[in-house]
Amino acid sequence: MTAMHSTAQFHDEAGPAVTPLKPTGGREEIAVAGQWTLIWHKFARNKLAVFSAAIIVLLYLIAAFAEFLAPGDPSASRPQYTYAPPQPIGWFVESEDGERRFQPHVKGYTVEVDPASYRRTFVPDDEQIVPIGFFVEGTPYRLWGLFEMNTHLIGALDPTQPMYLLGTDRLGRDLLSRLIYGTRVSMSIGLVGVAMSLVLGIVLGSLSGYYGGWVDTSIQRLIEVVSAMPTIPLWLGLAAAIPLTWSPLQVYFIITLIVSLLGWTGLAREVRGRFFALKTEDFVTAARLDGSRERRLIFRHILPSLTSHILAVVTLAIPTMIIAETALSFLGIGLKPPVVSWGVLLQDAQNIRTVSSAPWLLAWPAGAVVIAVLSFNFFGDGLRDAADPYES
Amino acid sequence: MTEVSAVGEITRVGETAQRPASSDPVLSVEGLSLDFLLRRHILHAVRNVSFTLERGKTLCLVGESGSGKSVTARALMRIVDKPGKITGGKVVLNTDGNPVDVTALPDGSKEILKLRGGKIGLIFQEPMSSLSPVHTIGSQIIEVLRLHRAMSKKEARAETIELLRQVEISNPEEMIDRYTFEFSGGMRQRAMIAMALACDPDILIADEPTTALDVTTQADILGLIKRLQTSRGMALLLITHDLGVVAEVADEVAVMRYGRIVEMGDVDTIFHAPQHPYTKRLLASTVKLEKGRAASQSRPRAETVPILSVRDVTKVYGGAKEWFGKAAFALKAVDSVSFDLHAGENLGIVGESGSGKTTLGRLILRVTEPSEGAIIYRPERGEEVDVRALSKDKLRDFHRQVRLVFQDPFASLNPRMTVKQVIADPLVVSGGMTGKAIEEKVAHLLELVGLDPLAMERYPHAFSGGQRQRIGIARALALDPKIIIADEATSALDGSIRSQILDLLLDIQRQLDLSYIFISHDISTVRYFCDRVAVMHKGKIVELDTAEKICTTPEEAYTKSLISAVPSPDPRNKRMLHRHRFQA
Repeated sequence: MTAMHSTAQFHDEAGPAVTPLKPTGGREEIAVAGQWTLIWHKFARNKLAVFSAAIIVLLYLIAAFAEFLAPGDPSASRPQYTYAPPQPIGWFVESEDGERRFQPHVKGYTVEVDPASYRRTFVPDDEQIVPIGFFVEGTPYRLWGLFEMNTHLIGALDPTQPMYLLGTDRLGRDLLSRLIYGTRVSMSIGLVGVAMSLVLGIVLGSLSGYYGGWVDTSIQRLIEVVSAMPTIPLWLGLAAAIPLTWSPLQVYFIITLIVSLLGWTGLAREVRGRFFALKTEDFVTAARLDGSRERRLIFRHILPSLTSHILAVVTLAIPTMIIAETALSFLGIGLKPPVVSWGVLLQDAQNIRTVSSAPWLLAWPAGAVVIAVLSFNFFGDGLRDAADPYES
Repeated sequence: MTEVSAVGEITRVGETAQRPASSDPVLSVEGLSLDFLLRRHILHAVRNVSFTLERGKTLCLVGESGSGKSVTARALMRIVDKPGKITGGKVVLNTDGNPVDVTALPDGSKEILKLRGGKIGLIFQEPMSSLSPVHTIGSQIIEVLRLHRAMSKKEARAETIELLRQVEISNPEEMIDRYTFEFSGGMRQRAMIAMALACDPDILIADEPTTALDVTTQADILGLIKRLQTSRGMALLLITHDLGVVAEVADEVAVMRYGRIVEMGDVDTIFHAPQHPYTKRLLASTVKLEKGRAASQSRPRAETVPILSVRDVTKVYGGAKEWFGKAAFALKAVDSVSFDLHAGENLGIVGESGSGKTTLGRLILRVTEPSEGAIIYRPERGEEVDVRALSKDKLRDFHRQVRLVFQDPFASLNPRMTVKQVIADPLVVSGGMTGKAIEEKVAHLLELVGLDPLAMERYPHAFSGGQRQRIGIARALALDPKIIIADEATSALDGSIRSQILDLLLDIQRQLDLSYIFISHDISTVRYFCDRVAVMHKGKIVELDTAEKICTTPEEAYTKSLISAVPSPDPRNKRMLHRHRFQA
């Protein structure tokens, strides 16, 4: 056998052969990028999650500027327009001489009465034109309880004329305004509820995970007992115990408390699991050998590694809260009118007659719930995937 | 590539091939190139690689991590993971006179499926993850036989028992029905080999087959592969980073770097007359068991009082009384270990996995609490500290003077802190330094370990494994320690980087007054680094003597078997395959 001996040219290569596809220069940036920059890079690659994040931001903006965005007062009822259907917006008006000019408007209603059943139905009337505009003056309000204002984003130029873009309910209240005000309550109940679960979950979860032993055992058994409770009957019982004399605001807070009392268990388990995993990491042992006391170990070394994971879990917990509130209110034991939430709105769509004659009462609030919950789920999933930019 | 030299006919003894040994190559790779299309760039993982495999011959692909050696082997079987893509070259397989170009076969075609396992057998590095944990060993091999050789169940079972016998698993009739977790690491690798051999392949590819195994098991497995290759007349492609293994088993060697074969030739020529500077560097950085300590340190002063004395330290896991007073199963991880460490001395602790060496290091620091025994630390003349009796606060002082360097440079640095924060952490905790003073100290430490102080604002992910280990060493040095316990500090590193780190540690020792306890499974490294060596086996120190004596004239039977199993990086002086065996 002849062994061939061959060598490559003697020039020395410094690294693996690479052909750049994009103009680089990011190497130096990456080298000094902290964990949040890396998480953002990873998160931004998940387009669905970024899109969902945008929707969530939009929903919270709607919640923040509800008074300005809503065309009218959510509780103002006009009995002459009960169950009025949604009006589409028209952009051009044709005057009598056949001239088309730009004028946003909605069509007015005429009432038809069924001769047999005497049931009144509204039909759009092409003759009646209700001119509408942006930044119109309407019902006065206090933005965030501070600024006296009466400008609305959109509304009829003459406030006495009807403009119901999403239709009206049983009492002739504007569904669009109610939906916008409902966004504020429903979206904030998620945040407030989760904030409470967060405190409970992190405190109990980290105690359980860091100390282990009997502390861990007792906290875990507590979690098991809490998760074994059947939620709906418990909510029913607790909500039924709310005194009728309480103001809607008090009811709102007690409902968030009830919802979050059961919601912290998942978060506590997640935190505990991460603590267990991190406790045995070499860098935590190294920090202990560096002389760090327990407080420093937890706050300087373990918690910063946890925050992104906690954030992801929290995001995934918010939709559960929203659903819980909606369910309670739908059943009539959660928030009560005059407070408006998506669940309260859905109460109006409880019977089949309403659903068949006024389907918008079901479609819009339900749609809002679905969009909010899906967005939080996709956003949370994306966040969870990006939470640890150092693995693999 | 240029042809530099041609070495004449080489005759080999012990070639008893069943098949007619033809000089035609059974597999020839010509100009193979493979790219990974990544998000930001194309990585040319394999570039213009050519080699041939012949029946009964062994080609070793050597290279450090990331050199493209594994990907090359996978390309031969067309099992390169996405986004890898073969972009050029030919892989011609010629087993029965009809040459087939493997690269031209369509993906997932019948021919490719037949070739995998049928013509080319593959042994992976990690025997645990490549065998299914939910099936018996036997059923996994039987499945291969029934698929590729269309045997009946009964025939396949008989054949499997025969295969297990061939890979020297004792009592194969019984072992065939055992599960993976009932096998030890070495046995799993034997089962893996049996599976690879099931279809009587013409080529056997072994991808780092012994890297995860202990030295004695490694010697057994390599011996087995070599015997099977000779008896079956297979061509063997062995991928490894260990030049010792290469010298023991290779006929030909191809040295890979950054996706290219930089030098290829006969094993003797590669080891004794290398041409390429990279090969020369690689060989120079290989620590040899025969080579004594690099720095001729002043001999340990045995008459002086040792700085650290460990007496009868024992760690028992389990064994607590159960509910009904019955003692549970107890395991003595460390069994009455005693030794002394003198100032300025390097003490090596060597043992195979499970020998308790890592636990011993952690017991000294009380990261794990010892069950019994005494640890006496003497920082100053006449002062004695009983480490086991220290309160939490006093233990912190002890930890400042006795530091630990970790094995895994990736896990031991907090990825969320900059290098400055990592190294400064012990300084910040001990307090009493201004931010400016800390920054200067960190810069000084970085210079000491051979890194650019300007890099202190970077995060650990911007550094390679070797650089990270330097950062870990800088952190250990931050508090001016007296003793450093290095727990497998160089095991996760490539050969050339390993010797750099070892030299760095010795260099630091010359500058600062330090003693090392160096825990390792790699006897050659310990020989290079240490004055005295303690050999651990099943929690006990079986022999403790000067490194020189342990490595050349060991007394205990276990030490003898351990030393003789270490592959020698010199093809003219093979040792491993004629080794001394030890039955525990």
